[in-house]
Amino acid sequence: MRKVAVVGAGLTRFMRRAQETGPELAWLAASQALESCGLGLKDVDSVAIGSAPDAFDGVHMKGEYLAPGAGGWGRPVTRPYAGGGTGVLMPIHAWLHVASGMFDVCLVVAEEKMSTCHPHPQGAFVTIFDNILERPLEPNLIWIFALEMRRYMETYGITKEEIALVSVKNKRNGLDHPSTHVAEEITVKDVVESEVMVAPVNRLDVSPVSDGAAAIVIASEEVARRITDKPVWIDGIGWNLDTAYWTNRDLAYPAYVERAARMAYKMAGITEPRKQINVVEPYDPFSYKELHHLEGLLLADKGQAAKITADGVTQRNGNMPVCPSGGLLGVGNPIAAAGLMKVAEIFWQLRGEAGRRQVPGQPKVGLAQAWGDLMQVGTVVVMRVD
Amino acid sequence: MNMKEQPSGSLPGTPLSDEAVQKGNVLTLEWPSSLRYAWDTGVAVGRFLQELKEGRIIGRRCHRCRRVLVPPRMFCERCFRPTDSWQMVEDSGTVNTFSESHLRWDASRIEEPILVAVIGIDGSSEGGLLHYLGEMKPGEMRIGMKVKAVWKPAEERQGSILDIRYFRPFDRSTQDRPA
Repeated sequence: MRKVAVVGAGLTRFMRRAQETGPELAWLAASQALESCGLGLKDVDSVAIGSAPDAFDGVHMKGEYLAPGAGGWGRPVTRPYAGGGTGVLMPIHAWLHVASGMFDVCLVVAEEKMSTCHPHPQGAFVTIFDNILERPLEPNLIWIFALEMRRYMETYGITKEEIALVSVKNKRNGLDHPSTHVAEEITVKDVVESEVMVAPVNRLDVSPVSDGAAAIVIASEEVARRITDKPVWIDGIGWNLDTAYWTNRDLAYPAYVERAARMAYKMAGITEPRKQINVVEPYDPFSYKELHHLEGLLLADKGQAAKITADGVTQRNGNMPVCPSGGLLGVGNPIAAAGLMKVAEIFWQLRGEAGRRQVPGQPKVGLAQAWGDLMQVGTVVVMRVD
Repeated sequence: MNMKEQPSGSLPGTPLSDEAVQKGNVLTLEWPSSLRYAWDTGVAVGRFLQELKEGRIIGRRCHRCRRVLVPPRMFCERCFRPTDSWQMVEDSGTVNTFSESHLRWDASRIEEPILVAVIGIDGSSEGGLLHYLGEMKPGEMRIGMKVKAVWKPAEERQGSILDIRYFRPFDRSTQDRPA
């Protein structure tokens, strides 16, 4: 297998509602990503497009719909999909394109426009539930998060206040991110006193619905060394899907995230993840999910992620900065684009180009992770600079 | 080549205000979706629904891993082989996790919260069903509490998960309602 690097990245603003269409958003991100590494569409061998359920846009063939804005014509184009895990499945997919020797440059573009389904896209989320046995109960997406959060809290004795610290941290980190539409200075009290949506989930435990796009450029070693002196290598990839019979699983621990992480760590030669990984962007659509995922990623003991958060370990200047971008809670959550934004953040952090968000200590190894479907998929990449 | 720093100022994208949309400053096009579906309920869940109509919960047994699967399936996804037999299970169970929803399915707000739980059905191997809880206050819900199905009257049952109205607290020792 050939070595594979991320060589460029681009983002749009994340917005509650964008004037731009999906293809226009895709174009804004894709063109920036190419420009950032001095490549043009003529240099792109394959295009991978990522987007979550079509129901938000009400446009089927969404990959094909977005493709013109993503450089996707006259060349191999694919749309890999893993629900909310799609954003980090994208670099995994592109790695396969390039490591295999099939292609030298893959342009990866993720877009989401959730405002189209109105007044609220929650109605579109209903369609992920089992159509025969669950949809008649008229569930909303937050149910499954609330049920999982409760199980997690009770299994390990974690409080809402401890979990709220994640929202406080990420919304503050997001103040330094140029894409944000939800960053703010808040307190634990603000979180636990915000509107109860589906207990124990309060409004400030939840990331917003957003429009936006992200793009990265993935290249072979030969191309990467030619166009940049700071390639960010993709050292490990892992992904794993658990059973869709989610009511048959113990929701206290995301075993599928652990399986994805172990796959990526083995490939990257990571034997002591807590020592070897310097900066982490786990998926944080809800505050407790950051903690849940740190444990699944073996970066905290089971039930202990809240403690390291309270101890400041996960702050930008802590021993293991977590979501220095601000994450989904602090920047916004255009689903597939938000996952890919995390990969872009690790890219910038490892190159020392994250500006006001830069974590200290010249990090060498970073990890991005996303999660989705019916609480069942984990997608992980481990990235490194020389 | 000289790499461009990630822009720290403004990134592209044009946020729209509700006002701009309402005043027609930007053009939008409405398309109310009106697709209709009739899902076949399948071999396993079809039988499960038939049994709900009779006021019973049925599972499917895999002789290799010895699990009793609720909801039932004709294949064991773990052993990847056909399941072997039908098996009646109880209409009682244990709350694995619970919540109270102040939102309807479309995110609109409601006054009386909906109580929901994942219930491990007695006689099944693991977990079981997403359903409502009832005859209790939100503060009375507990992980590990025993609950029993409250069925619709037989003449109202249609072969639907809603043939069970909700699960109520259940004292196994008396086989009946707690005092």
